[in-house]
Amino acid sequence: MPDNSVLPDPDFADRRHWFLTGAGNVISIPALILFTAHIGFAGLAREAGMTMGPAVFMVLAIWALPGMVVLLGAVMSGAGIIAVAFAVALSSVRLTPMVVALVPELRGPRTSRLTLYLLAHFIAVTSWVIALQTVRHVPRDLRTSYYFGLGSSLMLGNMVVVWLFYLVAEDLPPVVAAGLFLLTPMYFLTSLWGAGRERAAHIAMVLGLVLGPVLHIFAPGLDLLGAGLIGGGLAYTAHLFERRKR
Amino acid sequence: MTLGSIDAWWWPYLFILLAGCATTYPWRALGVYLGGRIRDDAEILVLVRAVATALVAAVIGNLVCFPSGPAADTTVTLRVAAVAAGFAVYFFSGRKVLTGIIVAEAGFVIGFYLGI
Repeated sequence: MPDNSVLPDPDFADRRHWFLTGAGNVISIPALILFTAHIGFAGLAREAGMTMGPAVFMVLAIWALPGMVVLLGAVMSGAGIIAVAFAVALSSVRLTPMVVALVPELRGPRTSRLTLYLLAHFIAVTSWVIALQTVRHVPRDLRTSYYFGLGSSLMLGNMVVVWLFYLVAEDLPPVVAAGLFLLTPMYFLTSLWGAGRERAAHIAMVLGLVLGPVLHIFAPGLDLLGAGLIGGGLAYTAHLFERRKR
Repeated sequence: MTLGSIDAWWWPYLFILLAGCATTYPWRALGVYLGGRIRDDAEILVLVRAVATALVAAVIGNLVCFPSGPAADTTVTLRVAAVAAGFAVYFFSGRKVLTGIIVAEAGFVIGFYLGI
């Protein structure tokens, strides 16, 4: 519990109310789609030779689906722990700008650094997108409680999903398994577009979609970082030009 | 050292902590450190959001073009067409996420059985 009981003001009932409001997002379309994406992950973990306990533990310890998939992919290719660690680290660099963008919105006037460092572990695409869309409607000094509820309930729910579907993953017909896999990009695509606040975000998204696969062919390993910096940089340049015209 | 090189119940957990957690959480902590120095209406956040968005978009593009598991056995044409159709419906239906996803999945299954 980061701060639900230490701060005298606002009181515990307020915090609990907003914690539960945040946790309520676990019954929503984005959460449902994230659950299905984790069904796909459970099957992949099984293929990679990860037993059930560690597969569930990955959700708790990593909590970033691209990083989890990269870890399994590297394990399946027979990579050693150093190579696996390097691949996961590269795929997780993208979390830094996401956290930078969200922290100023979560932070209230009395929020402790420790609270933010604990909450940061829950930041991944789904909770990030939900928070960017909803956190503005939460009172500023209760946003940490809200996000704690949102992030922890999503994590717990997905640990349960991986645990349940690890057992049945093998029995799914191929078209169903492939269709489930498609849910993840479809969800990221629509929710990310919806979360974009300024035109720069939409330009960045289109550029990233194209640059990711292109760089994957020409500079694998640097594809995500390269696409982010080039795509984001170009989108921001367009934003500056647009602003100068006005 | 690989996942299979130590035969003990705790090794996969330690492997995940070292290769997964210790390589992921520090990026989040760095974000808190940097984000603590910035106001939430700062102009620099437009750039930061653009970079983060392009990064996640690159993950999407790679998932569609270079998937793993059972989806790797389908054609890239089918995956791109299904996703594009779903997004178009989302875009023109007043941003209905679920509608877009259902169209993409339906198109994918139909295309799969048509042998695309």
